[in-house]
Amino acid sequence: MSHNNSTFPRKILVLGATSGIAEATCRIWAAQGASLFLVARNTDKLAAVAADLRTRGANFVDTAVADLDDTDRHPALLAHAVNSLQGLDIAYLAHGVLGDQAQAEQDFNTAAHILHTNLMAPVSLVTWLANFFVQRHAGTIAVLSSVAGDRGRKSNYVYGSSKAGLSAFLAGLRNRIDREGVTVLTVKPGPTKTAMTAGMKGSEKFADVNAVAKSIVAAIDKRVDNLYVPFQWQPIMFVIRHIPERVFKKLNL
Amino acid sequence: MPETETQQQRLSYEQGSATGQPSAKVPFESWGRYPTYDATLIPLHWQSDFPAVVRGTHNGVLPVGLGRSYGDVCLLKGGNLLPTPGMSRLISFDPETGLLTAETGISLAQILDFAVPRGFFLPVTPGTKYVTLGGAIANDIHGKNHHVAGTFGRHVTQFELVRSDGTVLRCSPTENAEFYAMTIGGLGLTGFIRWATLRLKPIVSRKIDYEGIQFHGIDEFLSLTEASKEIEYTVSWVDCTSTGRNFCRGVFMQGDHSTKRDELKPSPEPKLVFPFDAPGFLLNHLSVAAFNTVFFHKQMGKRQVALQDYEPFFYPLDKVLHWNRMYGKSGLLQFQYVIPWNNAREGTVAILKEVAKSGLASFLAVLKAFGDVPSPGVMSFPRPGITLALDFPIKPGRSFPLFERLADMTLEFGGRLYPAKDAAMTAAQFQAFYPEWQQLARFRDPLITSSFWERVTGEQPSL
Ligand SMILES: Cc1cc2nc3c(=O)[nH]c(=O)nc-3n(C[C@H](O)[C@H](O)[C@H](O)COP(=O)(O)OP(=O)(O)OC[C@H]3O[C@@H](n4cnc5c(N)ncnc54)[C@H](O)[C@@H]3O)c2cc1C
Repeated sequence: MSHNNSTFPRKILVLGATSGIAEATCRIWAAQGASLFLVARNTDKLAAVAADLRTRGANFVDTAVADLDDTDRHPALLAHAVNSLQGLDIAYLAHGVLGDQAQAEQDFNTAAHILHTNLMAPVSLVTWLANFFVQRHAGTIAVLSSVAGDRGRKSNYVYGSSKAGLSAFLAGLRNRIDREGVTVLTVKPGPTKTAMTAGMKGSEKFADVNAVAKSIVAAIDKRVDNLYVPFQWQPIMFVIRHIPERVFKKLNL
Repeated sequence: MPETETQQQRLSYEQGSATGQPSAKVPFESWGRYPTYDATLIPLHWQSDFPAVVRGTHNGVLPVGLGRSYGDVCLLKGGNLLPTPGMSRLISFDPETGLLTAETGISLAQILDFAVPRGFFLPVTPGTKYVTLGGAIANDIHGKNHHVAGTFGRHVTQFELVRSDGTVLRCSPTENAEFYAMTIGGLGLTGFIRWATLRLKPIVSRKIDYEGIQFHGIDEFLSLTEASKEIEYTVSWVDCTSTGRNFCRGVFMQGDHSTKRDELKPSPEPKLVFPFDAPGFLLNHLSVAAFNTVFFHKQMGKRQVALQDYEPFFYPLDKVLHWNRMYGKSGLLQFQYVIPWNNAREGTVAILKEVAKSGLASFLAVLKAFGDVPSPGVMSFPRPGITLALDFPIKPGRSFPLFERLADMTLEFGGRLYPAKDAAMTAAQFQAFYPEWQQLARFRDPLITSSFWERVTGEQPSL
């Protein structure tokens, strides 16, 4: 179902709005005339993104600067967003850190920080949001997880485990609140082409960030549960999940 | 707090955006795929990234857009390239005046996607929409409407120039006017153009009232040019492989924005990607000659009139992304000159004869008359006269002697070459074409340089 033609612009909360995929997604929503509440850490960057979305046709844009690691402040932040938007249709969680795997292997605090930002903070936000939407029997929670959560690999298992936890949490939550009319979308993006790879040989093979964003918008409109973007990651991860551990631990992934 | 800054950069979702960290040295190629030089890529994402990322770099830096220049104006061997496409945010738009302010990494394609549904179009556009606003200013590009609209830079009312020492200069014809004049066409060397304001022009339809007319010989081309002075867009395709009776035959193409109101939807996305490096034999003289003959006769009859969408009219090749791979691994190079009117006819005939004689295939030869609307840019390429752009696949040992001969001929006829399309002219040739180069040298940012600049000034290579 597409909401594009609804009389009222959709009200969307975006957490981690200055991240590449989030920004590309917001541009599509802005062009559709959505109302947006954007949260990120850096004032200047947030202001630049907000100006861009206003110029592109967003109906309304408001912002809040916040460090999402600070879970104590989540309820106040979310209530403020709902108040500013005068309602909420979609909550989109796009914040996360890659972290330093090598350092996390030596230092628990580094690992804990990655797990906190990528797992604990989203759990805190999503718990509030789920209960808010359940009361209204409507709403969509869309969260960027990662293909890295589908199987632990030696090259990024700390990050991967945070995403694995997040994906499992979302799956369980979906199970609980689907019947309440609330949709939970888990997005698992693969490598995406950005300015960083521009001009590099082989970078054409990466997914285009705008195409990824478009798939996410479409998946939200269609109330999809799980989305691999690009879709080729679904069969690839199916295979990777099913490689026997005996073999997998010898592979250099 | 530096700690917050690193966290902020890492906050960027890992697949979604860069970390702002430099890459290892990677081969970076321009559109011609010749030359290819290793460079460190430090992509820019935010307005504050420049000059911050420059701190601690060695061997010079160079902002680059989408690398749609053919040669080495967007390369810096062994140095640091700063790709700008991550900076593509809009800052403001006024639908009354058509003034659009945006970060300079935005592409013309992105501007069109925004502007066309609102009833606006680019004031000047090159033959591909995959160039950035910054690249369009730095090369002061021209389009099919040069005879009426002048260059791109004429429609840039102001921009912000940031020097590597942190100085920020608001530039317009009245504010920091010297930097304005040196930066338009300044090959990226005067500083980083952070954002710019462009005046868009109103349209009511996506369609172009198109007319294609066959011509035989340069004189027919010139009289068609004369007769089309009032028409906004004109350009010709010439068959430069033919000699004798068919010498300088071509198709004169002209068009105006349709004034009949029509739906203004955005363009569909390109689908075809040229998938591999074509082997050289695909593009030998014979195949090009055959292509040219087909192209010539596709234009059925002497005249053809059509109402055409602007995409195929302006960007016939954009439908195939990476068509440059068609030329194989060794790449291609354009050769584009402008020769002033007093020698334009004679020079064009002489150069076309030399090209035909060389037997080195050129796929596309584009012929156009430049008008006399002056550019605000000191180093800007266009001058009143005839311009010809030729594509050559690079053949080791054969192409470069020809390029040098053609450049000398251009010089004799009082013309000059277009740096955006060049990887071959000598320092002496460049300095004769552009005596203003010494002025640019004075305005150059001390940390910014390019392989082009090092080649044509003989300056110490950055390595
Ligand atoms: C198919 C095709 C057709 C073309 N047709 C035409 C045509 O009709 N007319 C024409 O004039 N040109 C034409 N060109 C050339 C093209 O328009 C120019 O080379 C253009 O400048 C490329 O833009 P870019 O963003 O790719 O810049 P790049 O090639 O990446 O860089 C070009 C220059 O801009 C500088 N630069 C880029 N961004 C900034 C910034 N923010 N601040 C400072 N400097 C910056 C770079 O340092 C470099 O010197 C064509 C090219 C192709 C591939």
